[in-house]
Amino acid sequence: MKALAALFMRDVRIAMRAGGGASVAVLFFLIVVTLTPFAVGPDLPLLKRIGPAMLWIGALLASLLALDRLLAADRDDGSLDLLGMTAMPLELAVAVKGLAHWLTTGLPLAIAAPLFALFLNVDGSAGFAVALTLLAGTPALTFFGLIGAALTVTLRRGGLLLSVLVLPLTIPVLIFGVAASNAAIAGPLDFGTPFTILCALSLISFVIGPFAAAMALRHGQE
Amino acid sequence: MALIDYANPSKFLSFADRVLPWLIGCAALALAFGINQVYGAPDDYQQGATVKIMFVHVPAAWLAMFGWGVMSIAALGTLVWRHPLADVAGKAAAPVGAAFTLTCLVTGSLWGRPMWGTYWVWDARLTSVFILFLMYLGVIALWRTIDEPSRAARAAAILTLAGAVNLPIIKFSVDWWNTLHQPASVLRLGGPTIHPDLLAPLLIMAFALALLFFALHLAVMRNEILRRRVRTMHLLQAQAAPGS
Repeated sequence: MKALAALFMRDVRIAMRAGGGASVAVLFFLIVVTLTPFAVGPDLPLLKRIGPAMLWIGALLASLLALDRLLAADRDDGSLDLLGMTAMPLELAVAVKGLAHWLTTGLPLAIAAPLFALFLNVDGSAGFAVALTLLAGTPALTFFGLIGAALTVTLRRGGLLLSVLVLPLTIPVLIFGVAASNAAIAGPLDFGTPFTILCALSLISFVIGPFAAAMALRHGQE
Repeated sequence: MALIDYANPSKFLSFADRVLPWLIGCAALALAFGINQVYGAPDDYQQGATVKIMFVHVPAAWLAMFGWGVMSIAALGTLVWRHPLADVAGKAAAPVGAAFTLTCLVTGSLWGRPMWGTYWVWDARLTSVFILFLMYLGVIALWRTIDEPSRAARAAAILTLAGAVNLPIIKFSVDWWNTLHQPASVLRLGGPTIHPDLLAPLLIMAFALALLFFALHLAVMRNEILRRRVRTMHLLQAQAAPGS
């Protein structure tokens, strides 16, 4: 337990400090949001309508780009091999790494969402609704992405392949995330239904992700 | 003959060589008979002759899903039972399954043009088959990226099983998404329940295309074993080369 806490603190600290790149994901998110009006035009009603969807797409891409960093740095300096040799189960270690990664990339995205939502004419409580769905949904992105990161960690050019492998798995998260946001803003559907399914997806990913990722790491190391 | 006897590639190769001509012959005969039956089948009273696309489209859709099933069993064979041929079977099933999925998509869009007036709609069923196709491509890409076969096999097996777990979730969420955005008003996929005159040729075609699937799968497996032998020979040759 102490080792897990230490691992958690180490990952968070590395991500927060210079070169960690935790803030880059938020910056990328901002850039995607900024690009949207250039693509669809500065039409405020239209932006309001597609705003939640664009916020979700931006957050999805940002957390996808950050996945590359989740295990690769540890592979490079050899600490991934050390993790495989310690007494603690690799599944738990990988789960803790995923949690730390979510805390430093997924959570900032959700916190930044209400502010970025203003740029897309999604204001006030609507922005907070999107943030709430992101808060519930981004763990699923991280933990499904964990599988792809573990599968591609030994490859030299794994970044693009990682996206190709992970994106199909994130489709349900995107569907229910956007549906819950839209339900909260415009109705007519109940906000609770898609939101609880979104939470369920995050929980499922938390079960599947670390096991599959640990299996992939073990088999990749042989 | 237990399954483990075929762990020996040479034994499997001789088995494949013996069975493959028969399998191809049976598939060709069944296809010829099935196409003959399809010609004899009556046109639909609403859709006219275009209903005949169904006889390729529907079996292709079944086999597209069946292909992922074969890959999942092979993945279990790789990870759990460590059967040496399981990864060959898994690798061989991916392009065959992808081909049937693509067939399903192409015939479906050709059918959709006269019936719905468009090649593509984001209908729940179309979308989930399309995502299945993308996942096939992902598995193939993973196979092609890792150059060592045994490592690639385990990575692809994990991805296949993760996909098998996720496919029902994706299917469910796509269904949900579609019913939210588009109530069933334009598309009348169900139509009248299928008439026995159409059902019999459909089942024959499904049987014939399933035979084709097995024949292709076996042929690709044989090619894969031969390709690995060539690879090993190349490696040995490179090792034995002077100056190395």
